[in-house]
Amino acid sequence: MLTPILIVVAIGFVCAAILTIASKVFYVPVDETFAKLRAELPGANCGACGYTGCDDYANAIAADHSLSCSLCPVGGADVAAALANVLGVEAGAADKQVAVVRCNGTKDAAKTIMEYRGVSTCTAAKQFFGGLSACPHGCIGLGDCAAACDFNAIQICDGVAVVNRDNCVGCGVCAKTCPNSVISIQSAKNLVVVQCNSKEKGAVARKACSNACIGCMKCAKACKFEAITVENNLASIDPDKCKNCGLCAKECPTGAINNMRVKKAPAKPAAPKAAPAAKAEAEAPKAEAKAEEKAEA
Amino acid sequence: MSTITIMMSVILVNNYVLSQFLGICPFLGVSKKLDAAAGMGFAVIFVMVLATAATWPIMQVLDTFKIGYLQTVVFILVIAALVQLVEMILKKFIPALHKSLGVYLPLITTNCAVLGVCISNIDSGYGYFTSLCNAAGAGIGFLLAMVLFAGVRGKLENEEGVPEAFKGVPLTLITAAMLSLGFMGFSGLFQ
Repeated sequence: MLTPILIVVAIGFVCAAILTIASKVFYVPVDETFAKLRAELPGANCGACGYTGCDDYANAIAADHSLSCSLCPVGGADVAAALANVLGVEAGAADKQVAVVRCNGTKDAAKTIMEYRGVSTCTAAKQFFGGLSACPHGCIGLGDCAAACDFNAIQICDGVAVVNRDNCVGCGVCAKTCPNSVISIQSAKNLVVVQCNSKEKGAVARKACSNACIGCMKCAKACKFEAITVENNLASIDPDKCKNCGLCAKECPTGAINNMRVKKAPAKPAAPKAAPAAKAEAEAPKAEAKAEEKAEA
Repeated sequence: MSTITIMMSVILVNNYVLSQFLGICPFLGVSKKLDAAAGMGFAVIFVMVLATAATWPIMQVLDTFKIGYLQTVVFILVIAALVQLVEMILKKFIPALHKSLGVYLPLITTNCAVLGVCISNIDSGYGYFTSLCNAAGAGIGFLLAMVLFAGVRGKLENEEGVPEAFKGVPLTLITAAMLSLGFMGFSGLFQ
């Protein structure tokens, strides 16, 4: 009875001893960053990041720091943050990309043409006469993007998808999911965005949604940096030229352009008058703040 | 039975994947790309021969103590340790080979086809050399199945007109079944 146990234990010990010695003898120094990155990854080796296993992904990031840290859907936001942390702050600061919802067709603004009671996804609604909204280009608001987001960074507020920039990692899943292609991925530096996707002529767009871009060119004229062009009745801001001054947002007659530096106020409708103060205080990125002062002077 | 016959029979007639249904996991998992499938196949040949070389003498030890019933446990233990050791050695001395095989080695550690070939060698009562040949044959059979399957899958991946419902896993399973049926045609080729 005892012999078989002893023999198996002995074999186990011999194997363990050989492996232990071998791990010392055949030790290959590994990149420290790689080891740290690998420790943060979940180790499921599922391959969902596009690499063969966690080792390969860690290797790839260690070799190329500009690679996205947020490719691991198993780990989600926590692992992405941990990876960025290992790589140092520069990983997070290096031109962070975020999702931008190019529609502000809230329940009050956008007219509905039907009472949709079908399957509650945007894709299904879109196939049913182009969706419930009068505007065929805008956010349908049934939350396909919110369901697709692995980082809990997108929500439907008042019938429109809203991105939480703190949580967003710019993976682009929502942009791919949206049947109307309302969401785009942009640099987080750009705080002034055109929140409309309608390419209809002004009158048509206005009829469908009071927040629509009507292609009036006022913003393009107001911009001191020639950052705005109007094409197909829709304004678009060149992210490289834009200095976030917000003049265009002030000029826009329909409110289709959103300046996120002052937007803090409407989010809390209690204090609309505090907006200018909040604007000066709130996050004011240095270089851009100077540009704004210049622009307003 | 000559060694050649044994090898041919294990490659074609008793193919480990397609006739005996061992090692299905990597067969379905790593067969998306042709080069990865080939890499996996070569790694399996390597590990199968090595595992047989190690487990056959150990079986003689177990037999002398009349504890042959422990072979499953002991074999798994030895194969796992062996693969780890091989991985370390490869990493140290042949980094290029480690890069191409390294990803697959841990996957093979607990592959039932590797354990299966070791046990079937013992059960068939083969000698040491015959066992090694049988293991090599089994590995080559695995490689053949992998490469054929990966080729078909790669072709189907880019094929238009595949019904939406069949895309992905269903088509993969159907392909595997047809390949298996095809290999059934070899049965009776060798005695």
